[in-house]
Amino acid sequence: MPADALKCKECQTTYPLEARFVCERCFGPLEVSYTLSEGDPAALKRRIQAGPHTLWRYADFLPLEGPARSALPTGWTPLVKADRLAERLGLGELYIKNETANPTHSFKDRVVSVALARAKELGFDTLACASTGNLANAVAAHAAAAGMPAYVLIPHDLEEQKVLATGAYGAQIVAVRGNYDDVNRLCTEVSGERPGWAFVNINMRPYYAEGSKTLAFETVEQLGWELPDRIVGPIASGSQFTKIARGFQEFIDAGLVSGSIPVMNGAQALGCSPVATAFAAGTDVCRPVKPDTIAKSLAIGNPADGPYAIELARQTGGAIDSVTDDEIRAGIRLLAETTGIFTETAGGVTIATLAKLAGRGDIGRDERVVAMVTGDGLKTIDAVRGTFEVTEIPASLDAFDEHFAPVGV
Amino acid sequence: MGVTVKLPTQLRDAAGGATSVQVDGGTVGEALEGLYSEHGELRERIADGDGSLRRFVNVYLKGEDIRFLDGLDTAVSDGDEVTILPAVAGG
Repeated sequence: MPADALKCKECQTTYPLEARFVCERCFGPLEVSYTLSEGDPAALKRRIQAGPHTLWRYADFLPLEGPARSALPTGWTPLVKADRLAERLGLGELYIKNETANPTHSFKDRVVSVALARAKELGFDTLACASTGNLANAVAAHAAAAGMPAYVLIPHDLEEQKVLATGAYGAQIVAVRGNYDDVNRLCTEVSGERPGWAFVNINMRPYYAEGSKTLAFETVEQLGWELPDRIVGPIASGSQFTKIARGFQEFIDAGLVSGSIPVMNGAQALGCSPVATAFAAGTDVCRPVKPDTIAKSLAIGNPADGPYAIELARQTGGAIDSVTDDEIRAGIRLLAETTGIFTETAGGVTIATLAKLAGRGDIGRDERVVAMVTGDGLKTIDAVRGTFEVTEIPASLDAFDEHFAPVGV
Repeated sequence: MGVTVKLPTQLRDAAGGATSVQVDGGTVGEALEGLYSEHGELRERIADGDGSLRRFVNVYLKGEDIRFLDGLDTAVSDGDEVTILPAVAGG
């Protein structure tokens, strides 16, 4: 299924497969378009199954010219059946797509893998990004593995864990005094003036975004080549959310699986919920907000793909909900206590939204649900501070027995 | 001295290669009208038929998104900088 062009999602104008992200006619976003292959689906399936246990097993659906590989293998993360969480929420069949298992512990390794591979094909010598943290980690690590210099621009008040885990790879970190949307504006300006730089989520954005489709591909394959009934996933810019659906659609179109796109439920933090607010208001105009939430990895007040995320949720019979910071903390604990998976705040948003949907009775007992847990709890460790107690004792058996009486004596 | 409107790379061809244009006007909307009167092709690139901004165009006054201010009615004064950028970046 070779990529044939970049196409404007608004006015359908096409462009060559270069480093460009915006339609010059209408400013709409560009997306990679493919020529649907006419081959035998069974042969395609065998080719995928014989591929590496990384996202490159789906190279047929990714926009690269040459054989795809990366120095830091990414993807093929576990799809964990979460029976205890399902029971707690009164659900039937529930899975967690555990993206903490990626090399830098978030789904951003997927999008960076594709953007970097395409950047090298196009001859770029430097990798860069505007980041809320997870992307900074991934850009720094993948650039280091590929031997490219990296510049990551972040809001100045990011979680320290994410900053430290980025600096360790040798990337140049630029802390911008402002929020993510300020960083993004600055990077959009800088990218226009630095022709040799591949900003993964700006001039390389059409390629970058394609990486998120592999979340859907893996989910289908890990479910034994079947579709889930419902996806619950986080929304920041809305890119991942819309590309997951696109991934399911491409597998359906290629004849690899039959059915329709799952019901798509989006999750936002109340303190940064421009997409959920627009959804609730029945519009697709996302009025920008100034974020104020512990879910900093989702703190995009001016979401580029917001209108498309809303359209998708409506078309599939889903919704876009928002949850409070306290609900996010509770979501992190609920997931950890029932599955052993410790997620960062974005995963807390997703699980809290899943719990909200379950409580509202929106999810049928017969549904097969997949929740996207997109990043690791060690990156936002402060979110669980003070949510449990540590018992301190002297190093004596008596003191231990005093606190923890022997059972059955 | 007027207002400086900074253009993104995607619009520079339509403005004879200029990276910025000096215009007059008391509001952001008037400054953009000044821009269109100098470079007519920019109007349909930036504005919808009714004169409002296309949905993937962001306009900033001194770094602040005008949607947090008074939109196209936001007042501007001599020496101010208005920046036009594509909205589809990031995430």
